[in-house]
Amino acid sequence: MIEPAIQRDPGPPKSRSGAVTSEDSSRRPFGRFENVHKTFKRPGQASLVAIDTVSFNLYAGQLIALLGPSGCGKTTFLRIAAGLIPKTSGIVEINGIEVERPQPDFGMVFQQPNLMPWRTVLKNVLFPIEIQGDADGGAVQRAADLLLLVGLSGFEHSYPSQLSGGMQQRVALCRALVHQPKLLLMDEPFGALDELTRMEMQDLLLDIRAKTAATVMLVTHSISEAIYLSDEVAVFTSRPAKVADFITVDLPYSRRPETRYAPEFTELEHRAGRALGITR
Amino acid sequence: MNSQILGRSVYPLLGVVVILALWQIYTWLSGISPLVLPSPVQIASVSIKRYDLLLQQTWPTLVETILGFALALLIGIPLAVLVANSRLFNLVLYPILVAMQSIPKVAIAPIILVWFGLGLSSKLALAFLVAFFPIVVDTATGLTATPPGLLELAHALCASRRQVFLKVQMPAALPFIFAGSKVAITLAVIGAVIGEFVGSVTGLGNLVLAANAQLDGPLAWAALVWLSALGILLFAAVALAERLMMPWEHASHH
Repeated sequence: MIEPAIQRDPGPPKSRSGAVTSEDSSRRPFGRFENVHKTFKRPGQASLVAIDTVSFNLYAGQLIALLGPSGCGKTTFLRIAAGLIPKTSGIVEINGIEVERPQPDFGMVFQQPNLMPWRTVLKNVLFPIEIQGDADGGAVQRAADLLLLVGLSGFEHSYPSQLSGGMQQRVALCRALVHQPKLLLMDEPFGALDELTRMEMQDLLLDIRAKTAATVMLVTHSISEAIYLSDEVAVFTSRPAKVADFITVDLPYSRRPETRYAPEFTELEHRAGRALGITR
Repeated sequence: MNSQILGRSVYPLLGVVVILALWQIYTWLSGISPLVLPSPVQIASVSIKRYDLLLQQTWPTLVETILGFALALLIGIPLAVLVANSRLFNLVLYPILVAMQSIPKVAIAPIILVWFGLGLSSKLALAFLVAFFPIVVDTATGLTATPPGLLELAHALCASRRQVFLKVQMPAALPFIFAGSKVAITLAVIGAVIGEFVGSVTGLGNLVLAANAQLDGPLAWAALVWLSALGILLFAAVALAERLMMPWEHASHH
């Protein structure tokens, strides 16, 4: 929301590895991940290498998907980027800051909506503002605008228990955006939803992104979701995680449900499938 | 909808009516002495006729119960916060609490009486002692049962410890606190009556004893009926407070 709208066509010239080519060296990455490594020490057991080494750059306004099989360490990676757990080694630098703890200007969406049952929809959305204590008069208006954007105006004073799962996750999305975060982190945000609601939510996310120019990092285990939503897809191997392929999705925005049936889309899905070792 | 409400109030009432009717018939047929078992009609008529005496004796019991319960909340909740948030307090206090709970309150009532005398404070202390344990245990359980997703959310937003406690842990524990309070309020009545039994000159518990000693069976039973009505009313008051403080639990579904 704070970021100016990014001119996405023509996109920044990038090599297939996602590294910036020499003629674009003036463009500094918004997020820099270099040789990120994570080992979990387990008392009485062999330590567990969750992330081998992962390196890539994230540019302002980009939506990047971390795609990989269940339990591959992609969620661990996202949590390291969020500052929720410490990395073992490597560099995680976002917006010029070495991330070692949670950042107030990040927004986070979890697999579960994690709404507070005792708060109304509006109060849930305003929770980050309340915690960070910068309740300028615009916050309530912003929350109302976001709820309108996700089709929930009129539900401001409902309780979460009165909403469906998809509606709850939309509230969670508003909550993650209300403090105008510099980076939106999403951990399998639509994983708990049924297929149709999920597709609806994907279009909603694209819509929100077009309007806010938010930088987004999203974890998913759905190939089509990763391709449909993203500028870039980092395909993770199974544990310990490495980047098997870094796919630039050259499909134009705005994407529509029909995009899923385009030959280029299928081609990219196929490539991701190969990187995951599912298809040949 | 209407028939549902009807069913929910009619069936419980029906059970009570049947029991009372059988009881009434039994006392008619057996000619049992009212000192041993007065009939429901006798009890009801005494409950109404001696309204003044019963109401007058209700006040002390009510005050003892409410003050004991309030004190249990006032001391129990902060203690539960300590137990839930500090491993040291947990290790030190929990065994003491459990040991205290396993002492039969009837057995320490005479000692309490020696310490606090025949007046209000000994009944208050006993009501407090029995009401205290469920409040501490349930509140501590509620405070440690905060959904991890909510804690992680607060953590990700850089919430302070104080904010996490006030805005996440405490509201999440409210249903537990009320569950403990509902048990505690009914126990507090029992605590107050134990105190009155062991040594007192007022209260409904004392009235039961006095009426029994005067071989006035119907009055003793009427006092019992009033006691149970008192317990039900206090329980309903806590349930009402719960409804008012947790409106989300009763929000209608779309």
